[in-house]
Amino acid sequence: MSLLDVTGLSIRYDGQAVVDGVDLFVERGESVGLVGESGSGKSQSALAILGLLPARAQVSGSIEFDGQQVLGADDALLDRLRARRIGMVFQDPMQALNPYLRIGVQLRQVLVAHGLAAGRDADARVIEALTRVRLPDPERQFRAFPHELSGGMRQRVMIASALIAGPDLLIADEPTTALDVTVQAQILELLEEIRDNTALLLITHDLGIVAGHCEHMIVLEKGRLVDAGPTTSVFASPRHAHTRTLLEAAPRVDRGEVPAPVDGRTLLAVEAASVQYRDRGGALLDAVNDVSFAVRQGETVAVVGESGSGKSSLVRAMLGLVPMASGKVVYAGEPLEGPVQHRARERRRDLQLVFQDPVSALNPQMRVRSIIEEPLLVHEKGIGSAERLGRVTAMLDKVGLEAAFLTRYPHELSGGQAQRVAIARALVLEPRILVCDEAVAALDGSVRKQVLDVLRSVQDEAGLSIIFISHDLAVVRSISHRVLVMYAGRLVEVAGNDDLFASPLHPYTRALIDSVPVPDPVVAPKAAPLRGETPSLIDPPSGCVFHPRCPRSDETCASKRPRLREIRGTRVACHYPLDR
Amino acid sequence: MLRYTLLRILGAIPTLLLVIALAFLMVHAAPGGPFDEERVLPPEVEANIEAHYNLDEPLPKQFLRYLVGLTRGDLGPSYRYRGHTVSELIGTSFPNSLKLGALAIVIALLLGVGGGTYAALRQGAFADRFVMGLSMTGISIPVFVVAPVLVLLFAVNLQWLPAGWSGTEGVGRYVLPVITLALPQIAYIARLTRASMIDVLARDFVRTARAQGLGTLRVIRVHAIKPAMLPVLSYMGPAIAGIITGSVVVEEIFGIPGVGQLFVRGAMNRDYTLVLGVVVFYASLIVAFNLIVDILYAVIDPRVRYR
Repeated sequence: MSLLDVTGLSIRYDGQAVVDGVDLFVERGESVGLVGESGSGKSQSALAILGLLPARAQVSGSIEFDGQQVLGADDALLDRLRARRIGMVFQDPMQALNPYLRIGVQLRQVLVAHGLAAGRDADARVIEALTRVRLPDPERQFRAFPHELSGGMRQRVMIASALIAGPDLLIADEPTTALDVTVQAQILELLEEIRDNTALLLITHDLGIVAGHCEHMIVLEKGRLVDAGPTTSVFASPRHAHTRTLLEAAPRVDRGEVPAPVDGRTLLAVEAASVQYRDRGGALLDAVNDVSFAVRQGETVAVVGESGSGKSSLVRAMLGLVPMASGKVVYAGEPLEGPVQHRARERRRDLQLVFQDPVSALNPQMRVRSIIEEPLLVHEKGIGSAERLGRVTAMLDKVGLEAAFLTRYPHELSGGQAQRVAIARALVLEPRILVCDEAVAALDGSVRKQVLDVLRSVQDEAGLSIIFISHDLAVVRSISHRVLVMYAGRLVEVAGNDDLFASPLHPYTRALIDSVPVPDPVVAPKAAPLRGETPSLIDPPSGCVFHPRCPRSDETCASKRPRLREIRGTRVACHYPLDR
Repeated sequence: MLRYTLLRILGAIPTLLLVIALAFLMVHAAPGGPFDEERVLPPEVEANIEAHYNLDEPLPKQFLRYLVGLTRGDLGPSYRYRGHTVSELIGTSFPNSLKLGALAIVIALLLGVGGGTYAALRQGAFADRFVMGLSMTGISIPVFVVAPVLVLLFAVNLQWLPAGWSGTEGVGRYVLPVITLALPQIAYIARLTRASMIDVLARDFVRTARAQGLGTLRVIRVHAIKPAMLPVLSYMGPAIAGIITGSVVVEEIFGIPGVGQLFVRGAMNRDYTLVLGVVVFYASLIVAFNLIVDILYAVIDPRVRYR
């Protein structure tokens, strides 16, 4: 008998099926990956197992846990299973932990509610659980509120809360999606290590995570099960077309074609840019510290780094959206100065921006036609409405949308369609530089591929330069010509795509690349390559900002700040660069 | 937290000064004087009286004198109740108003929060609609209608409770005035609680707590009630103001010798120092209460402390 046996699970809302006849089982101690794009029904299935679906969901089929029917069970039975037999880790630990309660209180409630411990005994067990998930200084975090912890630490707390009552099954719903890639690697490693004999049902959109951490996998598409089996055989011979699409759409950080270097003239140069903010306490914070780079005509330059590395601040300062503390921007041989609203109109049209979340970047009250038309009304007052419509339609066609979309409102678009509209709006003025700030981060794999294809084709046609901010190294590898790696506001390495991914010189770059899960079960996952998290920008480490986490650091690194120097065409800021 | 508290207290001082200045100006801008009568007084007598109460001084000087008095808790002499100071008058009548108001607030919180939470848990069901319908009625009917209707029903027809204050003893005489005062507040707090509880119950951390098998009651008690109470807490400032306003009407209708009645009498008699004194007293009370609410807010929501 399987530990978890789900047969013919269907979930409907107002008659509309979001999960349709799904079978899945988890044996004791094994790890199963549940994979699919957004809307595939993977999270809904998990919530059904714990009886957490809203009352209006119509659920049918059978969910047996350890021989006991869970579907339709009353709350008393479910409450005995929850946490005690089935632990749950949710995606975003900032939302999933109660911001009004101290960490310790939240965890001890689990023990108290299940009658496992009380009083000092419960406190001791909570501290023990926090120690197990390797939370630094557990006694202090016991008294901390969630907002006082970093994202990675919060997810450790979440895992501790899911395992504290010793469940037989752990369900983890996108447990690392909100985290930086090095922290993701740490969390996945932790999950492997501490779950012992607890079975794992891991829900994710990331095939790399499944390949590295699950023995079996199940692929869902639009609520239906399309593929299932041992992970190695599904990867080796996917039965269903959708599985193949998913596998093909997943770019790899370790292989595949990379764009050849571009040899155009320099279009834009940022020289010694620094950006500073004040935090709420009034302390000065170095978001960007002395960064220089150049973009050539027709080139895609990627800016990568973890959250807080300053990549967005750098580009926003360049665009004049936030003030630059020092440094300058030279565009086409002329200086670009001051905030964006003071810049000449022709200069503004040459640089356009696409944001991460297309839904909030588009005015919900405007139709697609007006959205794309608006920049033309500002910048090309001379043209008539017929010509404008022509330009808008042509632009829509270029991003792969039909003219029927002209009259749609943003809420009627899918995420990928909305992002293509945002790109069309940015490109309708024929800018020379397009800045994409995590522009594909919110999109599913297959849709992301379409959007990246649109960007590539526009670049080929019009010689567009692209500045591509991303935390996703696999995507960066597939699209960029050159890569800037930032850490704690500093530039640590600048290299051509091929050099950077094949043989990075900076230990941080190496660690970043090694942290990316590879969608191939044959490639063994590397142990989490980096400990710790990104440092505070108010009081950054002395010398090399990376030295506290660096495996190669010594006293020199702790005392002397490394300058960017050129080694065989790569610029790197490290006292002890890796060999090539 | 200490820093936050001190900042809040400092922030309340200008508000209070502004309220006192406005009240002072308004009272002095009112036409006529406290000693205007049908019978015209001889000018010498009038000048004497004005000099006695310092009314012949320029306005800014009078205001300063008033402020100095305030620091000692002196609200000046009453113009009508000869031989009594305003502080004395408020001091003797406030206990009655305080009992009424405090009872009304406590009842409003208990019933409002309870009813609102219950409705939130039964969202869309009959119980929810019933509670919400009832509370809409409570909000819609003004105090000066509720009070006579209650008196008619429970005092005159059923004869369960006394209709007025004087000549009665015991708890019975509190019931109708307190209900009258509490009713709109119960209704409003119930609606606030329901809306914010529904909002909180849909948050991710509540789902986490349910996934931990905490059970509905524990989820509400441990996780949901604190954040759900934030809007209710914010409303406590206006609620006190509402109770005070209501008490002016209620005390008059039931004949209760409280501050509200004092205020009405003062206004009728052109007893300007009394009116001013009550306004300043109640304004300080409301400012102080809002201060406490702000501090409690930071106690519940740890993130506020850092702002």
